Amino acid sequence: MKTVSSIALAFAALALVFGPGRGMAQANSDCLACHADASMQDGSGHSISVDGHKFGASLHGSLKCVDCHTSIKEYPHPEQITAVKCESCHADQAEGLAGSVHSVKAEHPCTSCHGDAHSIFPKNDPRSAVYALNVPRTCGACHGNDAMAKKHGLPNVYPLYMDSIHGFALGKEGLLVAANCQSCHGSHHILSHKDPQSPTYKANIPKTCGTCHAGISANYMGGVHGKAVARGNLKAPVCTDCHTAHAILQPTEAAFRMQSTPICGSCHKEKLSTYHDTFHSQLGSLGGYVETARCWDCHGAHDVLPASDPRSPIAKANLVTTCGKCHAGANASFVNYQPHANARNRKLNPALYFVRLFMNLLLAGTLTFFVIHTILWLIRSRYDQIKKKAAEGGNHV
Amino acid sequence: MSDLEHAAEQSREKSHASERHFMRFTPGQRYLHAALFTSFLGLAATGLPLRFSESIWARGLAKGVGGFGAILFFHKFCALVLTAAFLIHVKDLFTRAFVHREKGIFWGKTSMVANWKDVKDLVGHLRWFVGLGPKPQFERYAYWEKFDYWAVFWGMIVIGFSGYAMWFAPFFARFLPGWALNAVLVIHSEEGLLAILFIFSIHFVNTHLRPDSFPMDMVIFTGVESEEEFKHKRPLEYEGLKAQGKLEARIGDAPGIWQINFSKVVGFTAIAIGLVLLVLTLSAYLRE
Repeated sequence: MKTVSSIALAFAALALVFGPGRGMAQANSDCLACHADASMQDGSGHSISVDGHKFGASLHGSLKCVDCHTSIKEYPHPEQITAVKCESCHADQAEGLAGSVHSVKAEHPCTSCHGDAHSIFPKNDPRSAVYALNVPRTCGACHGNDAMAKKHGLPNVYPLYMDSIHGFALGKEGLLVAANCQSCHGSHHILSHKDPQSPTYKANIPKTCGTCHAGISANYMGGVHGKAVARGNLKAPVCTDCHTAHAILQPTEAAFRMQSTPICGSCHKEKLSTYHDTFHSQLGSLGGYVETARCWDCHGAHDVLPASDPRSPIAKANLVTTCGKCHAGANASFVNYQPHANARNRKLNPALYFVRLFMNLLLAGTLTFFVIHTILWLIRSRYDQIKKKAAEGGNHV
Repeated sequence: MSDLEHAAEQSREKSHASERHFMRFTPGQRYLHAALFTSFLGLAATGLPLRFSESIWARGLAKGVGGFGAILFFHKFCALVLTAAFLIHVKDLFTRAFVHREKGIFWGKTSMVANWKDVKDLVGHLRWFVGLGPKPQFERYAYWEKFDYWAVFWGMIVIGFSGYAMWFAPFFARFLPGWALNAVLVIHSEEGLLAILFIFSIHFVNTHLRPDSFPMDMVIFTGVESEEEFKHKRPLEYEGLKAQGKLEARIGDAPGIWQINFSKVVGFTAIAIGLVLLVLTLSAYLRE
């Protein structure tokens, strides 16, 4: 900003020295004499009209036209003029942009996000295209476009975000503190999530989300998953693995409760399989009845700790409390129930293994015997019946 | 003969109006069977989606009835009905045996308790199937009927106990070991599956769909069976009653048309529901 005003001052000084006269680009009013015409177009049909009042009220209102349109030295100016270079003032932003995913300037001119340079407002002004509440719509102009998403191999994230808890808070409630696109992705120096420097790179996600969710971030970093990520194990889940990046739901919502167990199970396969054998899963996977225990109801969500840790909700001493959240009257004997028992594993669960074996043998034995018995019986009865009817004259056969 | 006259003659032939009918089941027994099979169908229809909760039809059914809170409620309701039917039957047995001092309940020709003749009948029946001997002559209850009875009796105790253990788990945990809480689900679901597969395939065919009874044995609905059927299916009981001169005392009214039609509607509905559930069960079980 300092650069801008000093350049403006320099030009003002020059104008004073040389005074008005032919051959010099002059005060904005000189330019507006022509460019105020709302219908004015260039050779290719683009509007080149400028609303002087709007410009005057904008962030750039104190500048002269020629401060940016630097190639114009005289009036009338040549037909072809060089493009405005925002970076001559905004060098830091230009530098950030140059190394970002939006570096191809022809595709991403500054105006694609900031809007018309003649009506730019500060980012805390609700009229600004990059005002917090306007950011999703601004980014969504491209990132809510299926064709664009397909072309770049990106998901169409705008609708996902708008339906998420962040999008709801921002779009419906107008909460300025709700995360918008740039809260997580940054603004000028946006990097691919594959870039280790990016705030959306997997290892950086807990810190990025922690910018707002400081308490949960601290919990998470103390749990097994947070510690694993801190050690550099990128197989461990970060915030987005469970909550997703854009379509984040309120965790108490049925839809979130329904989608969450398979996410834990994508790594904890054996645990998911044994969970599926239980009543918790059988009721839970049928929708509608979503109150049954999901992984984090017992294990905790962010600060997952092993059962050996006395702070863990599944530590032996805490089980009565943990199970008691749903099962009123849970006692020390009740919590001997094994929510991940494996009836197929003779070593781990011998009693259960033999109960299942006995039940299966009973089922298979009874059915095998009676299926054979019934089939033989059917054949023999039908044979006798046909023979009898044939003997009686055979009219019904 | 006109078509109408011909049809009328055939209808008279079919009606067996002149034939004698004999009582086989008391109204109480028939109502108990009705309570048994309706609650069993309800339990199967609401239990199967839980057992095979991963399958598409289970999820569709769950969605259809408004979630599993509703299905679980219905399952428990049917369980209470079946428990009541079971307790009424047990009370009835005790009254007959110890109050009325009725003989032959626990042993003998009219008892449900298996005896040596049942073993011989089973072997003889199997030999007859393959043409190695004559068809055995059956008493009031044949061996497969006794098996049906005890399978249901044992099944109700096992499934009922394991079901209540899950329903009131914290209470049962006071005197059951920890692993038993895991075992009850395995027992409940496996025994339930056995009951469903057995009733909807073996019992349906043995009792209703086999050529001698096809398409349905109405005796459990009407209480009576024709003299011809009685003689054919349970020759020893028939001859025994005749020899004792007690046959006439068992003569009952021929079932009314409405009774037969009502029984058919109810019976075929039950069989149809059962067969649909059987197909769904087998499809889900084989895919597991």
